[in-house]
Amino acid sequence: MEKEPIIALKDIAVAFDGEPVLQNFSLSIRDGEFVTLLGPSGCGKTTTLRIIGGFVMPDKGDVFFNGKRINDVPPYKREVNTIFQKYALFPHLNVYDNVAFGMRIHKRPEKEIHTAVKEMLDMVNLRGFEHRNVDRLSGGQQQRVAIARALVNHPKVLLLDEPLGALDMKLRKDMQVELKKIQQQTGITFLFVTHDQEEALSMSDTVVVMDNGCIQQIGTPQDIYNEPKNAFVADFIGESNIIDGTMREDFLVEFAGCKFKCVDKGFRKDEPVDVVIRPEDIDVVAPEDSPLHGVVTNVTFKGVHNEIIVDVHGFKWMVQSIHYTGVGERIGLEIGPDDIHIMHKSRYSGSFGDYSTFSDEMEEDIMTTEEAEEADEAKQEAAE
Amino acid sequence: MKAKRALLPYLIWMLLFTVVPMFMVLFFAFTDKAGTFTLENMRQVGQYSNVFLRSIWQGALATVICLLLSYPLAYSIAHMKFKTQNVMIMLVMLPMWMNFLLRTYSWMTLLEDNGILNNLFAALGLPRVHMINTAGAVVLGMIYNYIPYMILPLYTVLTKIDNSVLEAAQDLGANKAQVFARVTLPMSMPGIISGITMVFVPAVSTFIISKMLGGGGNLLIGDVVEMQFLGSAYNPNLGSAISLVLMVLIIICMGIMNQFDDDDERGAMMI
Repeated sequence: MEKEPIIALKDIAVAFDGEPVLQNFSLSIRDGEFVTLLGPSGCGKTTTLRIIGGFVMPDKGDVFFNGKRINDVPPYKREVNTIFQKYALFPHLNVYDNVAFGMRIHKRPEKEIHTAVKEMLDMVNLRGFEHRNVDRLSGGQQQRVAIARALVNHPKVLLLDEPLGALDMKLRKDMQVELKKIQQQTGITFLFVTHDQEEALSMSDTVVVMDNGCIQQIGTPQDIYNEPKNAFVADFIGESNIIDGTMREDFLVEFAGCKFKCVDKGFRKDEPVDVVIRPEDIDVVAPEDSPLHGVVTNVTFKGVHNEIIVDVHGFKWMVQSIHYTGVGERIGLEIGPDDIHIMHKSRYSGSFGDYSTFSDEMEEDIMTTEEAEEADEAKQEAAE
Repeated sequence: MKAKRALLPYLIWMLLFTVVPMFMVLFFAFTDKAGTFTLENMRQVGQYSNVFLRSIWQGALATVICLLLSYPLAYSIAHMKFKTQNVMIMLVMLPMWMNFLLRTYSWMTLLEDNGILNNLFAALGLPRVHMINTAGAVVLGMIYNYIPYMILPLYTVLTKIDNSVLEAAQDLGANKAQVFARVTLPMSMPGIISGITMVFVPAVSTFIISKMLGGGGNLLIGDVVEMQFLGSAYNPNLGSAISLVLMVLIIICMGIMNQFDDDDERGAMMI
């Protein structure tokens, strides 16, 4: 028999100032699982976390903890702990007192607190930092204090709200490994929020892809990457070429004016579909060896591979290849049946086109608007 | 280097109008009219010990009441909508835009035996209450005049407390009262200390309030000092000695206060 989920959200709906943030949101999390909520800013992932933490009341729907409805249980009575986006350490307390805070509230004997705090600080590699002022710690160290402060209470579920967002790349990777290790050691259920798809793929047992307050797909990292359900998921998780196609029959799809063998079936005859092909799955061949051929318009060196933009009859493909190709060269693209993934049309069809507008600058622009949105979100939350 | 040069005018100002006068006070306190060294002034200060005690007691009482009144108000204002906050703070500051003497005069007309309040009591059939020229009137005047200096620093620290820190405390199991006692209150300590300093120091050394609302029987140390410089008992040497002792007493009081704020760094800036 399937184990009862430790946390279940049923038909949740939330709106802030009339703006819907979550709609028809249902999710169950099994005990001991590492679940990641992944989505762009404003998709409702932080709100989901805050509902479980007890800081946001859903307008509609129920929250269950171990099968018990906890909608009306205040945050301080819930058996979950949160690691906040900006750590939210107590600036008037030192490292030791920060970590001891929860146990002191629960009136544990000082001796027990002492042992537990020491043990926790050892685990997060902060031995000897007990009497440091938290303001004088680096971002990574503050992060560790926040982790220790939450874990020392042995929560059933740990909620992590973009906990690595403020760290630099290298530290981020280290902390990812460390968090995963801690999760496996303690067996605590982790619910992790991030907008970084790589982070989500590398850490999670289950990834929940969200957009616009709705779940787009739930699955293992492999499922999400290899079998995206719609154009949004395909685009958000990694790079993808998303092309309009027509399913001629089972295992045969037509796109870009050519018919291709594929491994998907069960579509209506001649059903219009979205076809996803990952840039790393495309092989570069001589132009005469493939019906798909075009002119290279842009090449970017990325270290491990080159990112090549190829114009095939006006559609710009992205190809990742370890071989260098010069701009203006004519190349052929070879795609195997395994490399083609077919999706039903969705409301996202067409919103993610080809790579004709692609440039590194564009990406940076998108990042800054995202960050600005995030700042707005934080402000809104503070105002509440 | 540039920063140093920019400081120069202020340094000169401080030298001329703070450091030099301090030494003058020191000099006067330990000399007689002829300018020769003496401890006579210090000895004479002793006869005012009652006035010292009364000043400190009334100043402390006014400060404590200011704190008790201001904290809930500052807390409420800090949790209002941003626009409302600005209006409320303006209302708090509004009386300060009016002349200090004028404000205290108006309290005289309110508190007099035949003043507005007593006439109101009489009209309502209540007995008249003697309020003017009492210690209570003086403390009231102190509270009224100095309470904005308590509200403002409290409001400032309370608005600076990040909501996520309060949520973190709840998340770790603290109920509303525990969040207040263990997070809000300790985090607002710098504001409390600075408010206490800003109310206590001027309240202890005031002379106008006690003169106008306290009558002759409720002299404070500020009045005594004033008399030595401007009044009948002209004796600047004794006045300086009293001022010096008052200053030392205030420094001791503030030093004791700062002990409550265990963070040295933050406490140090308050004096």
